[in-house]
Amino acid sequence: MKSETLIKIENIIVQRGGATVLDISEFHVQSGSIMALIGPNGAGKSTLLLTLAGLLRPQRGQIYFQGQSVDTHAGRTILRRNAAVVFQEPLLLSSSVYDNIALGLKFRRLRHDDIRKNVQEALDYFGISSLAKRSAKTLSGGEAKRVSLARAFAIKPRLILLDEAFNSLDPPTRETLIEDLRHILEETKITAVLALHDREETLRLAQDVAVMSGGKIIQSGTTSQIFNQPDSEFVANFVGTETILEGTVKRSNAGLMEISVAGKNIEAVGDFLPGQNVYCCLRPENIIVSKKIPEKISARNVFEAKVQKIIRHGFFYKLMLDCGFTLVAYITMPSCEDLGICEGSTIAASFKATAVHVMRRE
Amino acid sequence: MKSLKAFKLTIFVMALIVAASVISAQAAPKQKNIILATTTSTQDTGLLDVLIPIFEKKTGYFVKTIAVGSGQAMAMGQKGEADVLLVHSPDAEKKFIADGFGVNRRLVMHNDFIIVGPASDPAKIKGTKSSAGALKLIANADALFASRGDNSGTHAKEKTLWKKAEINPVGQKWYQETGLGMGLTLNVAAEKKGYTLADRGTYLAMKKNLSLDILVEGDAALLNIYHVIEVNVDKWPKVNVAGAKAFADFMVSKNTQNIIKTFGIDKFGAPLFFSDAAKKVEDLGK
Amino acid sequence: MELIVQGIKKAFELIVSFDPEVMGITWLSLKVSGTATLISLFIGVSIGTAVALTNFRGKRLVISLINTGMGLPPVVVGLFVTIMIWRNGPLGFMEILYTPYAMIIAQAIIATPIVMGISLVAIQNLPPNLRLQILSLGASRSQMVWVLIKEARLPLLAAVMAGFGGVISEVGASIMVGGNIKGYSRVLTTATVMETGKGNFDVAIALGIILLLLAFLVNFLLTQIQQRQHPR
Repeated sequence: MKSETLIKIENIIVQRGGATVLDISEFHVQSGSIMALIGPNGAGKSTLLLTLAGLLRPQRGQIYFQGQSVDTHAGRTILRRNAAVVFQEPLLLSSSVYDNIALGLKFRRLRHDDIRKNVQEALDYFGISSLAKRSAKTLSGGEAKRVSLARAFAIKPRLILLDEAFNSLDPPTRETLIEDLRHILEETKITAVLALHDREETLRLAQDVAVMSGGKIIQSGTTSQIFNQPDSEFVANFVGTETILEGTVKRSNAGLMEISVAGKNIEAVGDFLPGQNVYCCLRPENIIVSKKIPEKISARNVFEAKVQKIIRHGFFYKLMLDCGFTLVAYITMPSCEDLGICEGSTIAASFKATAVHVMRRE
Repeated sequence: MKSLKAFKLTIFVMALIVAASVISAQAAPKQKNIILATTTSTQDTGLLDVLIPIFEKKTGYFVKTIAVGSGQAMAMGQKGEADVLLVHSPDAEKKFIADGFGVNRRLVMHNDFIIVGPASDPAKIKGTKSSAGALKLIANADALFASRGDNSGTHAKEKTLWKKAEINPVGQKWYQETGLGMGLTLNVAAEKKGYTLADRGTYLAMKKNLSLDILVEGDAALLNIYHVIEVNVDKWPKVNVAGAKAFADFMVSKNTQNIIKTFGIDKFGAPLFFSDAAKKVEDLGK
Repeated sequence: MELIVQGIKKAFELIVSFDPEVMGITWLSLKVSGTATLISLFIGVSIGTAVALTNFRGKRLVISLINTGMGLPPVVVGLFVTIMIWRNGPLGFMEILYTPYAMIIAQAIIATPIVMGISLVAIQNLPPNLRLQILSLGASRSQMVWVLIKEARLPLLAAVMAGFGGVISEVGASIMVGGNIKGYSRVLTTATVMETGKGNFDVAIALGIILLLLAFLVNFLLTQIQQRQHPR
């Protein structure tokens, strides 16, 4: 699919109280794509959203919306009219749900009939038609969130910016809302930028990810690039790679490398030259745990491991394994019991060569 | 939403009230205003409530009566903030005229001051002929005396009486300055079972709610004499000179004097004021 | 105690008989204080909102001044207004001393800081992101301000009540600039003072009761409007 750049920012500096809170040399969002901004609190995600919405004027830098500079009043108005922000709090006005959703349309002085039509459409999208006449202040958290999303979608923006949209919702409400939002974004093809802090939400909603820290974008790319090939320890940690091992390439041949880690050899896919210092990144879900070292196995890396620690982690146990280096693996509660694993027992851990993501280490 | 409609309605109603008040205020005459600065006693007795509507009807002027003490009334005249004065503080009035602030001072009426106090009369002043003598008795007995203390005509009269009695009461424990009008000062005296100097008119008008008796009366020194004074237009060009003259003329006119003479008879069985136009001050009370 | 009973009886008489003078005084009180409150509403809400929504040097000083103004003593306002508008004062040419206009001006000066202070807090208490949210939905600046004011209408109605309550019960300024002229600038409070001075305590109490009733009625009306927002 041919896609064009909807919004692009260059050399943006935003300062607040003398401190630089945003410093981005280049960032763009393709038309029709869904981009997630992830990073720790205070990384600058919200600031970037406000900048993209034209609500915050950076001290320096350029914003282009549909190829046009937003520096002029006219340009800024076009951006403001085409971008809608949904904040963490629903920020509903104390009037009816209908009036809340109609708000942006009233600002645009649309005809009565058009307002009604658009509001109804937005109500239907989010499945809240039955709430139309309710007072917005009497809604539950999930309902209020839907109203605030519907209010943003009602103005049919080109760009929608969601700041931590699913925070403080209980899990089932969150589940259905994520699903609904995914469908609506697919259907409307509205470009979206979402500030998220949950890896799972990111994987479910976004095609592209930008990882932020300290006001900067550390890495951006497709979701699978970011999750499987983080290019720094920070990103690897943040996207949930639990095992990051320091090693050195010993041999490299036809895309298969042998890497020495703490005196053991790990086979991995890649073509770094021998002698190169690297990180080996392993996601816990890629590590298979068994009672004994299997006799026949396709995985190239098999190690004997001593269970150092078992940490309960939701419906899983997180195992800290010592195989000369530390590996982190997940195991379900029933299999843990089946295998009779306890702290101090010896088991086997294996993973494929393709499961190892190798990054350069300086 | 209902609430919003109500909100808009409130604003609308308030706007209506503004419009109504602007229109009705506009209806009031503007250039024909006379500011009459007078003492509280003329208002509190109700005399002006009778006289002013007659005057307004006859002349078409609109009288703004500002009831204050005689001292403040003259201060207003001195600044040109009043057109005509009806006051009862002869010594201060003479100075006012001598300083050129007022012209055409004319005698209108008089009544008299009385010394009132509790029936128990702790200072034993009842029946004393001389008012100064009565004050001496009060001072000697350390009996409570409530003074207006507000530079009014009554206060001025009281001060001359103390002077005559050769006593300086200011600062004495038994001497309390209320800083209030005549009516309220009478109340203070009644509540605290003290003595005070009052004009007969106000006392009579309030008698029903007071437990105070007339203890000293009839002394020539107790005369309470009202003059009308026109504020000098040469000092203050903004003074409504024609209106002031018209009001002063009205106050000494025959009809008005007849009303003054009979005012209060129906209510109190005796007149509150004696009409004195064209008489001489020296002849009063004889 | 007997006096109070008499006063209540008198008040009842005056109200039931539609005593024209008392009705006139009551209506004038309502008109003067209502107009003053309305003026203070416009000035107070617009300046209060502007101060709340903008950042400038000395903002804290301005807010402190407004808060001090909320306790402005009426007699001081009366004195100041008198000096400004008396014949030979700077605004003497307007010839409004001892008129209901002067009372409206004085009362508006008393009520404005009250309304301003409460509106300022009302707007400041709105969620900080609400402004951005409204702008992001495409509002112009004036649309945004209007939505914020509407959103703060509950505390703003409280501001109206506080302002109105402050001026309808005020006597010091009204008597100084209005002069308590019979049938012209006499309002409930000044009439009450005068009747007390005259010793007509029953009438004074009656006027006081009418004043309380009036204040209650107006506040009841505004409360009805205010509380209708809360169906729960």
